[in-house]
Amino acid sequence: MSGSSSSPTRPPRPAPAETAAIEVRHLTKSFGPRTAVADVSFSVASGEVFGFLGPNGAGKTTTVRILGTLIAPTAGSAVVAGLPLGPATAAEIRERISIMPEAPGLYRRLTVAENLEYFARLYGLPRREQRITEALAAVGLADRAQDLTGSLSKGLRQRAALARSLLNDPVVMFLDEPTSGLDPVAAHEVHGLIAALRDRGVTVFLTTHRLDEAERLCDRVAIMSTRLRTIGRPDELREAMFSRSLAVTTAGPLDRPDQVFTGLPAVQGWHATSPTTPASPTTPATPPVNGPAGYVLTVTDPAQAAPAVTRALVAAGADVLSIAEPRHTLEDVYLELVEDTEGRAR
Amino acid sequence: MSMSATRIGAVIRKELAEFQRNRFILTTAAVLPIVFLVSPTAQILALKATAVSTVLEKRVETGLFLPLLIPVFVPAILSAYAVVGEREQETLEPVLTTPVTRVEFLLGKAAAIFLPSVGVSYLMFGIFVAITQFAARSAVATAVLHAPQLPAALVFIPLLAAWAIWVGLAISARATDTRVAQQLSTLASLPPVAVVALMSFQVISPTFEVAAALAGGLLVIDGLALFAVARLFDRERLITGTKPGGEGAAQQRYHVRGA
Repeated sequence: MSGSSSSPTRPPRPAPAETAAIEVRHLTKSFGPRTAVADVSFSVASGEVFGFLGPNGAGKTTTVRILGTLIAPTAGSAVVAGLPLGPATAAEIRERISIMPEAPGLYRRLTVAENLEYFARLYGLPRREQRITEALAAVGLADRAQDLTGSLSKGLRQRAALARSLLNDPVVMFLDEPTSGLDPVAAHEVHGLIAALRDRGVTVFLTTHRLDEAERLCDRVAIMSTRLRTIGRPDELREAMFSRSLAVTTAGPLDRPDQVFTGLPAVQGWHATSPTTPASPTTPATPPVNGPAGYVLTVTDPAQAAPAVTRALVAAGADVLSIAEPRHTLEDVYLELVEDTEGRAR
Repeated sequence: MSMSATRIGAVIRKELAEFQRNRFILTTAAVLPIVFLVSPTAQILALKATAVSTVLEKRVETGLFLPLLIPVFVPAILSAYAVVGEREQETLEPVLTTPVTRVEFLLGKAAAIFLPSVGVSYLMFGIFVAITQFAARSAVATAVLHAPQLPAALVFIPLLAAWAIWVGLAISARATDTRVAQQLSTLASLPPVAVVALMSFQVISPTFEVAAALAGGLLVIDGLALFAVARLFDRERLITGTKPGGEGAAQQRYHVRGA
């Protein structure tokens, strides 16, 4: 259980505005007999970076395509950028949003500037040259404007696609796997660009497989697996999914651990675990006869429990190697939910 | 939402820029017309001044018919690539996320193919006529210049090109493979050519009325074809490769009102 209240890598930012940039109600999409998205409801606040997670085939891209007016829902409704989703508003919604699909989708025989010029005209933008210059500068591609996109690396093409998405100054941006296939440096650069969008107040709807990315960038995340499995701030999800705990490692197994841990303030229970693997409340193990031993204590308040546990261990003559509050990541939450879903499906 | 000349123009500009840098398209646009020009030109130039009138007439008929294949084959190949090619390059989805409507998109594509196809066809036809006037025997030159097929060809070139473009775009909007789309569209473009051929070779009596009726029919078909092809241009099918499913989807499909 993590004691932290927010992701350590994500800088603090003002709370997103209360108005919803996206409001989804009971959205369902079927392709013939196969249901890709089933009865999904959520809302995304204006200015929020919203992570949309899920395994392959979970319905993430289908949801993005529905909200981007590319495909129609089978049932349900949605409001995107202030407009109800439907045939009559589709073109107007497309003017207010932008979508960066997983594949950059650039014309390889055209230069970066020509690609952007084409899209600027499709959006009917005034001051096209200035917009293109600004978009390229925003993604650090100003000096590559005249390069053929076919000659660019994958990372640079992804940046050019992001520049294209910025052209129409969208209210809502859908980014579908924006770092897919990128090396860590290129992915880091894209993260910086998304953070900059957040600072500009753009609502970002980010679908990703990369949980570290979601944890670092997103104000809230939703985990999908055809249905919406959960939604919330990453730290909220961790707290909701996992009870708080302390991981204790001693130089050797305790003779009577039950006597040591039972009745301590804020300690609700305990079990032994292997000290060589990350402590987890869900993986009890028998401590080895010799060598370090691990115990996980379920606690109500780690700050109150830790000193009492330390004193009890010392009193019992144990050599304490460490006492720590295990930090559960968003990945733990994700795996717990997805494995649970897949287990039920089997 | 009204039709935007800016968006149609954007599609035309982009297509023409891509054509210029696509070796396959340049080769197709250059080689096919030359093939359809060289053969009839050689046959006409080989005619002797003493050639009997029936032979002369046949050669002139052939000479004026073969260049009519240019406005069929060139646009058929280019238009067959237009939609499915973008799907294969993964460039279609980003375009469909913009406010461009399918009618604007298709009109832009069609115009971008129509302009060079018709231009090349007229150029080749002009070269053929010019060569006959300057290099053929005077009787042959006169026969070419006064053949009724000459003005008919000038009318049928744009009409046949438009037909081939819409057929190609319709197939391209439904195909999943560029090569299959190009083969099918080339075949599907042939029926009006067959009718023109029958007239050129006088199997069907090439009266002014018949030619005018055929031209008028083609003009109407070409005019209505945009909307027929637009109905085949289904965003959902193009992006997901599947038919829209479910009752609600049928009611809400985004191609309503040309969006």
